[in-house]
Amino acid sequence: MKPVSQSHKRNRQMQTMITHIALVTLSVLFVVPLAWMISTSLKPITETLSNPPRWIPSHVLWSNYPDAVKYGSKELGYIPFLVYARNTIIITVLSVGGAVLSNSIVAYSFARLKWPGRDLFFGITLATMMVPFPVVMVPTFALFKYLGWIGTFKPLWVPAFFASAFSIFLLRQFYRTIPMELSEAAKIDGCSELRIFTDVIVPLSRPALMVVALFTFMGSWNDFLGPMIYLVDQNTFTLSLGLQAYQSQHGGTPFNLLMAASCLVILPVVIVFFLAQKVFIQGIATSGLK
Amino acid sequence: MRGRDARVGILFAMPWIMGFLIFMAYPLVASLVTSFTNFSILRPPSFIGIDNYKELFHDQVFYKSLGNTLLYVLGAVPLTTVAAIALALLLNTKVKGMSFYRTMFFLPTLVPMVALGTLFLWVFNGDYGLLKAGFAKVHMSSPNWLGDPAWSKWTLILISMWGCGQAMVIYLAGLQDVPVSLYEAAELDGAKAWAKTKNVTLPMISPVILFNVVMGIIGALQIFAVPYIMFPNGAPARSAYFYAMYLYDNAFQYQRMGYASAMGWVLFLITLTLTLIALKLSNKHVHYESN
Repeated sequence: MKPVSQSHKRNRQMQTMITHIALVTLSVLFVVPLAWMISTSLKPITETLSNPPRWIPSHVLWSNYPDAVKYGSKELGYIPFLVYARNTIIITVLSVGGAVLSNSIVAYSFARLKWPGRDLFFGITLATMMVPFPVVMVPTFALFKYLGWIGTFKPLWVPAFFASAFSIFLLRQFYRTIPMELSEAAKIDGCSELRIFTDVIVPLSRPALMVVALFTFMGSWNDFLGPMIYLVDQNTFTLSLGLQAYQSQHGGTPFNLLMAASCLVILPVVIVFFLAQKVFIQGIATSGLK
Repeated sequence: MRGRDARVGILFAMPWIMGFLIFMAYPLVASLVTSFTNFSILRPPSFIGIDNYKELFHDQVFYKSLGNTLLYVLGAVPLTTVAAIALALLLNTKVKGMSFYRTMFFLPTLVPMVALGTLFLWVFNGDYGLLKAGFAKVHMSSPNWLGDPAWSKWTLILISMWGCGQAMVIYLAGLQDVPVSLYEAAELDGAKAWAKTKNVTLPMISPVILFNVVMGIIGALQIFAVPYIMFPNGAPARSAYFYAMYLYDNAFQYQRMGYASAMGWVLFLITLTLTLIALKLSNKHVHYESN
């Protein structure tokens, strides 16, 4: 019996090793462009075009970062990076707040309250995920135009307060895993539905709410088409829209500065993801995303 | 008492009921109506019947952008699906450092589209791109990824694979749910790793695959930001001009909102058709637990 189990063990070790090799190779493949981005952001401009490509800058130029933030010239004007950053933060914070607030309440109604037509309407809600944005783009634009909102941030954050199908779906699946007895016990104690929601359900649903917050944060921070349609004035642009200015406005693109600016745009998303990673993965694993 | 319960329920659902009416139902109906009109934001719409649809039928650019988009969907969706499942399966072997690898694969999906586009302009550049240098190392000449109409779409399809992290995380969650007892039973029957994957794992996560494929198709049909940045106006030779780009140009560059709305509805019908095909094809293969 012994030789068999030993060869079995060796087989296992072999498999683990192959898995590791595959994982390392693939993760290098995934990270190389990002590493290249960081490396370029620290190079002097003369080394950005070197052939063959140079991975380690001859000297690390941290000053690219402050230079990227105040890039421009007196004649052509400066790129208001900090203004873009402020705009993006305002829109993102409002969107995340609105999305968490609205979706958590609406999903509660779909998951744990009874009303006529609820399940039918939930089916319709799921079906709306199939509607591509370009289909509703023109009337939505016309609506915001009618309201006088074009050129303001409102089209970019107000809709977040009206919930979204995907987040409702995700939270509903999570809420349904919470035992109904908890709500019934609270009801017997004389709690209103609102109290049950805020005091019983919300504290138990932090991971799922976190997932909604993170998805909204990423979507809003990285949104490109929305700001492009609704924003008019340079000074109202967001970061993802403003990054383009490094390419187009000033002729020859200063790649090192563009990459430095890009790094700055990505940084908050990466930090938030790292801080929230555990809850995020746990939230996806325990909620309806499967 | 029951009436009161119903009122509370509807009250709680009110934000979405309003959101659904304002941001979904109304625009859907309005864009259908608009598609039968000649409408620019400057002038009031005038009814022109099915002229927009007739014109679409003869519009070469429409066919070009539609063909590009369908090819992209056909390339990107299977590729990202296979990549995401493969990565998830690899990660699910419970090797050490799983959370590290998971982060590495997920990281690219956090990058904003504009940064992503410019970064890849740089990687695929024909003169000093990273990829060209990589090809040179192994003594091969790199294709002209950005400048050759035959390659531009493949460049974008390759890039799409870089964003498979999101689907991977969802597959990974699905994999946690496969009962260990099934694997044990398969092992008792002498099943090898591949047989276990094929006969246990894939059937058990098939609903997740279906969900991801359908969402992938819907997303890929709308591809916009990355080609918009990497291939201005879909150059070279409109080979990277996609449906959503043409729709956007019609709406906001040419001020042809009615025409754009007609394009929108055609896209909607295409989306529905492809989704139904995916559902139909999967009918026999998707396994739902019977509870």
